[in-house]
Amino acid sequence: MNTERFAAQFPQMQWDAATSSWIVPHQSLLEIALFLKTDPEFRMDLLSNVAGVDWLSSKEKVRGEDGKPVERERPGYLEVVYHFYSVSAKQGPIVLRCRTDGRATPILPSITPLYRSAEFQEREIYDLYGIVFSGHPDLRRILMWDEFEDFPMRKDYVSPDDYEWEPTPHDDVLERARQHRREEERRRA
Amino acid sequence: MDDWLKSELQRAGVFVTTLEWVYNQSRRSSVWPLQFGLACCAIEMIATAAARYDLARFGAEVFRPTPRQADLMIVAGTVTKKMAPQVVRIYNQMPEPKYVIAMGACAISGGPFKQGYNVLKGIDRFIPVDVHIPGCPPRPEALLNALMFLQRKIDRQTLGAAQPLRWYDPMDRAEFPVPACGAHDLVPTHTRAIWKPEASPRPLT
Repeated sequence: MNTERFAAQFPQMQWDAATSSWIVPHQSLLEIALFLKTDPEFRMDLLSNVAGVDWLSSKEKVRGEDGKPVERERPGYLEVVYHFYSVSAKQGPIVLRCRTDGRATPILPSITPLYRSAEFQEREIYDLYGIVFSGHPDLRRILMWDEFEDFPMRKDYVSPDDYEWEPTPHDDVLERARQHRREEERRRA
Repeated sequence: MDDWLKSELQRAGVFVTTLEWVYNQSRRSSVWPLQFGLACCAIEMIATAAARYDLARFGAEVFRPTPRQADLMIVAGTVTKKMAPQVVRIYNQMPEPKYVIAMGACAISGGPFKQGYNVLKGIDRFIPVDVHIPGCPPRPEALLNALMFLQRKIDRQTLGAAQPLRWYDPMDRAEFPVPACGAHDLVPTHTRAIWKPEASPRPLT
């Protein structure tokens, strides 16, 4: 696989060596996927995996103008990871990562018109992360019920407080148990 | 009539029994389960019904594919919140007398998914359970034991007015409210008449 040619073709991509993946701006995702699918050398005919990731905003250290490290806020975003393989050319994977513009407007282009195997996986990501895939033929919830309003795999998801007593509470459960105990005592008082 | 007189009469060729015994013997010997499984526990249930463990020895081999002909509901596996309304609806469709065995850690408490967002923390929140079987999954022997336990429970049923059975009460339709799928959780999260949250019995450290 001549990845130099791939990189030269799409200079808007950014190589991330730590995860061996290409970070792709969502405006050109479909164009890049079409290239991977149709190029005679790559022939990426199998989209094996589409996965969602939630990145909360965080502090990151960068080198400032005067050379000293400065701390700045990195805004949060949602990300989708695509794994492409070629069965006919026996090569792969090529990993693309596509990020939304912030967590408030989680919209990405749907890859389903190119790869039918993405249909259910994009529905699952929509169900659990709330990323809206524009151009998806049938974007509905797939695992949770239709009336459900939350996105449970997001890191800021708050699950319903249906704690019940456990013999060995620990971590979050212990904290919740203490909270319930306090409420119980307040009710009694 | 005491047991001594009964055996004396039997020796003379007279068989005396009670109506209660006949009822209970008929019921315990043909507990037909409903044929449905929800997760991996169902595989153990199938193994129990097959030749090696042979549920037929206890008269419960006739798995019915319709709730209208079933006496026993074996809740075998993880009950997700999305599935719970359907389980309650099927239970409501079963004719009396009806029994429930909750099989496996998930069905009795949510099991490894207890702290998750999508699994019901025990089917006994919505329907009355007669026998709980722990295990992940329980072995076929455990399911057989649960069935024998249920049979002993049936043996203790009485026709008398002292301990009236649920299904002889014309006012009791033994139907339980089917929870609705709400915006964040099931609505309601449990049926108050049969389940209430347990208060923490000892101080927390």
